[in-house]
Amino acid sequence: MTVTFPHKTLPWLLIAPQLLVTLIFFLWPAGQAIEQAFYQEDAFGLSREFVALENFIELLQDPYYYNSIGVTLVFSMAVAVSGLSIALVLATMADRIIRGQMVYQTLLIWPYAVAPALAGVLWWILFDPAQGPIALWLEYMGIEWDHFVNGGDAMILVVIAATWKQISYNFLFFLAGLQAIPRSLIEAAAIDGAGPVRRFWDIVFPLLSPTAFFLLVMNIVYAFFETFGVIDATTAGGPGQSTKILVYKVYEDGFVGLDLGGSAAQSVILMMIVGLMTVVQFRFIERKVQY
Amino acid sequence: MQKRKLSALILGASIASSGFAATEIEWWHAMGGALGEKVNLIVADYNASQDAFKVKATYKGNYSETMTSAIAAFRAKQQPELVQVFEVGTASMMAAEGAIYPVHKLMRDSGQSFDGSKYLSAVTGYYTDNDGNMLSMPFNSSTPVLYYNKSMLAKAGVTPPKTWEEMQSVGEKLLASGAKCGFTTAWQSWVHLENMSSRHNQPFATQANGFGGMDTRLAFNSPLQVKHVSKMGEWQQNGIFSYSGRRNDGAAKFYSQDCAMYTESSAGYAGIKKNAKFDFGVVELPYWAGEVKQPSNTIIGGASLWVLKGHKSEEYKGVASFLNYLSSADVQADWHQFSGYLPITTAAYNLTKGEGFYAKNLGTEIAVQQMTTGTPTENTKGLRLGNFIQIRGLIDEALESVWNGDADAQSALDNAVERGNLMLSKFEKANK
Repeated sequence: MTVTFPHKTLPWLLIAPQLLVTLIFFLWPAGQAIEQAFYQEDAFGLSREFVALENFIELLQDPYYYNSIGVTLVFSMAVAVSGLSIALVLATMADRIIRGQMVYQTLLIWPYAVAPALAGVLWWILFDPAQGPIALWLEYMGIEWDHFVNGGDAMILVVIAATWKQISYNFLFFLAGLQAIPRSLIEAAAIDGAGPVRRFWDIVFPLLSPTAFFLLVMNIVYAFFETFGVIDATTAGGPGQSTKILVYKVYEDGFVGLDLGGSAAQSVILMMIVGLMTVVQFRFIERKVQY
Repeated sequence: MQKRKLSALILGASIASSGFAATEIEWWHAMGGALGEKVNLIVADYNASQDAFKVKATYKGNYSETMTSAIAAFRAKQQPELVQVFEVGTASMMAAEGAIYPVHKLMRDSGQSFDGSKYLSAVTGYYTDNDGNMLSMPFNSSTPVLYYNKSMLAKAGVTPPKTWEEMQSVGEKLLASGAKCGFTTAWQSWVHLENMSSRHNQPFATQANGFGGMDTRLAFNSPLQVKHVSKMGEWQQNGIFSYSGRRNDGAAKFYSQDCAMYTESSAGYAGIKKNAKFDFGVVELPYWAGEVKQPSNTIIGGASLWVLKGHKSEEYKGVASFLNYLSSADVQADWHQFSGYLPITTAAYNLTKGEGFYAKNLGTEIAVQQMTTGTPTENTKGLRLGNFIQIRGLIDEALESVWNGDADAQSALDNAVERGNLMLSKFEKANK
């Protein structure tokens, strides 16, 4: 038997605040970006010309734009994979600690409070080829480090800075996930003679998969959008184009270069890429998740 | 009854005070730290010097943030009267004829005495139109020079290089004496392409470096620039040059005494003086003796003050009076000596000289001398390129590909010219 409510307007009234927020803060700006993408105008907004798809065509003909897509994929994969795996290891270990658990957990959560730009600068200084302690140590070990010249080094640096910040977030969710797993299941497996590794892969990991899937989506969105501060404060996309991720290019062309049409076209493409990726994740990866 | 009387009194008082209140003028700037404090002092002095106008200075972040917020404010009709814009934004500001109030016109309209010839032409040239009218008021201008570590050069038994030819042997001797690198640089595009071109009186772009019209196209892939960049690429490999970032991160290698020399803005003087724990000297930016007999003047970097349209004429009177105050010899000389930025008037230069400042602070005059060598030509007056911020970005990318050996100088510069020209034609189209 279904319960029905006679009111027609009340439900709308109740969801109105939420709808309004979505409308004003999400749909309206997104709509403006889509509109802007079809125009070319000067910075001051004194003249405006409808150019149809020209902004998009220009982008799609630019080999450097594809390069930026490639850089973004490498960067976001590296951030998501290393962020998730390191956090999982840390969470499993923190979960096993009996004494001083709170201290470990608190310390591991701290980096999350650091602003992205600050995290970037912090690592930037640590790795500075002339003065940074880590760079000097690497030099001592015979490893050459120069993120000003070497694109690979620069990429490693921004991945470390971006991941370091995100580990805390992942850690929190993994730890909560781990603590939600009934002890009796693990104990039963232990009685049956399963070692810690076997217990982890056969029981803990599958039960953790909803959390892991959620974090994968969140981490990729993070790497795509929120790492802008890290890049801006450190490499500014260089050397060459080796760390120029899509969202940084949007900022650079739009806010620094004041090319509003081109920048808007990029954000529309970026919206589509992320939308597509989320669909793919839900359709293909979510099937493997056990709730 | 009592209450009503009181409120009438308050109302009356507030009307009276607003009637007598000084006209407020907003100035958005990008001077942080010590420079920002100095700006506040200058503004406070101006406000105390008269009571008709009150300037309110607000720090809006770095150069591009300040420019972007002023433009955003203009679109929302909330613009300040006065905004500081860096030199690469000049073409964008100029093209926005409906938004800017040219300084020469402002001065005439508000009856301020204004004589363009009192200003150093090498500084104002960057900001004048083709008829020589000043469009914005130069505020902080600098030019690149070569800083060197005295003891490291002495150890290697060399004197600072006057020419890039000498840099080769000086660099080799420095490396032989145990130095980790010969020299490093800040702002590579500005120093090693833009100023490299003007120092040899060669065009950076067609149409008189963009002063002649918006149909300008880039020209920095000529033999001179290719030669310089390819030599720098070679030096990067053997250690004579060591690249250290697009901004002024190179300072770290100079301070740590890894690099013996550093090409950086003359305005970097105060910072170097504060941070270098060794004796340092300043010489003019080297040139290729094989290319020119006599080097030409270098061009400036830094920023100027633009007046935005859309305010009352009373407020513009205040802006004019404030700009006049800023360019007075005392204020200019003080700002120049404090910051290391160039003086913008001959009077301020002479005043500084008369006070014996250059004799006491060796090296501070180098930039002024280098700036005022000869009369600026169309290749050395400055650069006026649309979308220049992005063009600099892609020049950075091209140069970095030479430093790390991914590309040779010719193809990297050709590529940057080609990509930059797309930016220029886009700007031309958006502003026609």
